[in-house]
Amino acid sequence: MKVKIEVMLRNAILDPQGNTIKKSLNDLGFKNVKSVRQGKLIEIELNSSSSNKENKNIEKMCEDVLTNSLTEEYKIKILKNK
Amino acid sequence: MKIAIVVFPGSNCDRDISWAIKNICGQKPDYLWHKEKNFSNYDLIVLPGGFSYGDYLRCGAIGSHSPIINEIKKRSQKGTKVIGICNGFQILTESKLLPGSLLQNKNLKFICKKVFLKVKNNSTLFSKKYKLNEIINVPVAHMEGRYYCSKETLKELKNNEQIVFQYCSDNGNVNNINNPNGSIMGIAGIINLKGNVLGMMPHPERCSENLLGGENGIKFFRSIFESIN
Repeated sequence: MKVKIEVMLRNAILDPQGNTIKKSLNDLGFKNVKSVRQGKLIEIELNSSSSNKENKNIEKMCEDVLTNSLTEEYKIKILKNK
Repeated sequence: MKIAIVVFPGSNCDRDISWAIKNICGQKPDYLWHKEKNFSNYDLIVLPGGFSYGDYLRCGAIGSHSPIINEIKKRSQKGTKVIGICNGFQILTESKLLPGSLLQNKNLKFICKKVFLKVKNNSTLFSKKYKLNEIINVPVAHMEGRYYCSKETLKELKNNEQIVFQYCSDNGNVNNINNPNGSIMGIAGIINLKGNVLGMMPHPERCSENLLGGENGIKFFRSIFESIN
């Protein structure tokens, strides 16, 4: 099975990269761009076909390694269940 | 006095700090590979600067899961002294040995320059040779040094006098202009509640002999050696 994990800085955390992208888009004429936040996407392929079985593991990977709960939040998307 | 320096893949200040320690205290530290789990007792363990695991994922995140860190956690609870400089500080926060986190610099630049620091607490094992509020000139070299913590943690850091070094102007003003990376309250270095684990972004080992352009880091090492002996 394949999962995608979307990691974003928490809203309260300043995102200087996002701010720079926003400013650049505004300068390029995209005046409607109000704010930009930049995150990262992690794609993981697992030797398993059961998301039920793996849910806890994926959650643990996110909590222990892939994200820092103080500054980041994440969303897990199961892409393929086979 | 036994001192160890942990080497991660990507560490690059391990030799600098070894040199500084040998130069100042006359004793050569051991190097410990980050995979070590069984090693003899040390009075001081140093996590040096660099780019452990290429700073992949988050700075210090993968290094904080190296086998040696679990052992360092256990030993620090028993009183072993630990210092983390730059990437070492990032590893200490990622491994929760110190509170907070180090984020990308506010100005998105890799900052490599000498900055002024105020010694906010000189009653620690690591800063006792400095005078209170002494202003020292120490180099920084980092991209992710913006110290961040929750309001509750900041309150605890202040109440427990855990803030050891703050960025400041040449006459000791802590302000936004002289805060190179956007750290909360200009925090450059903190200590744990127990007082035996210290993390700091600036590099005292890079200003510990005149040939390198300054000697303001010497008292940092002398404080530690005096505390151990």
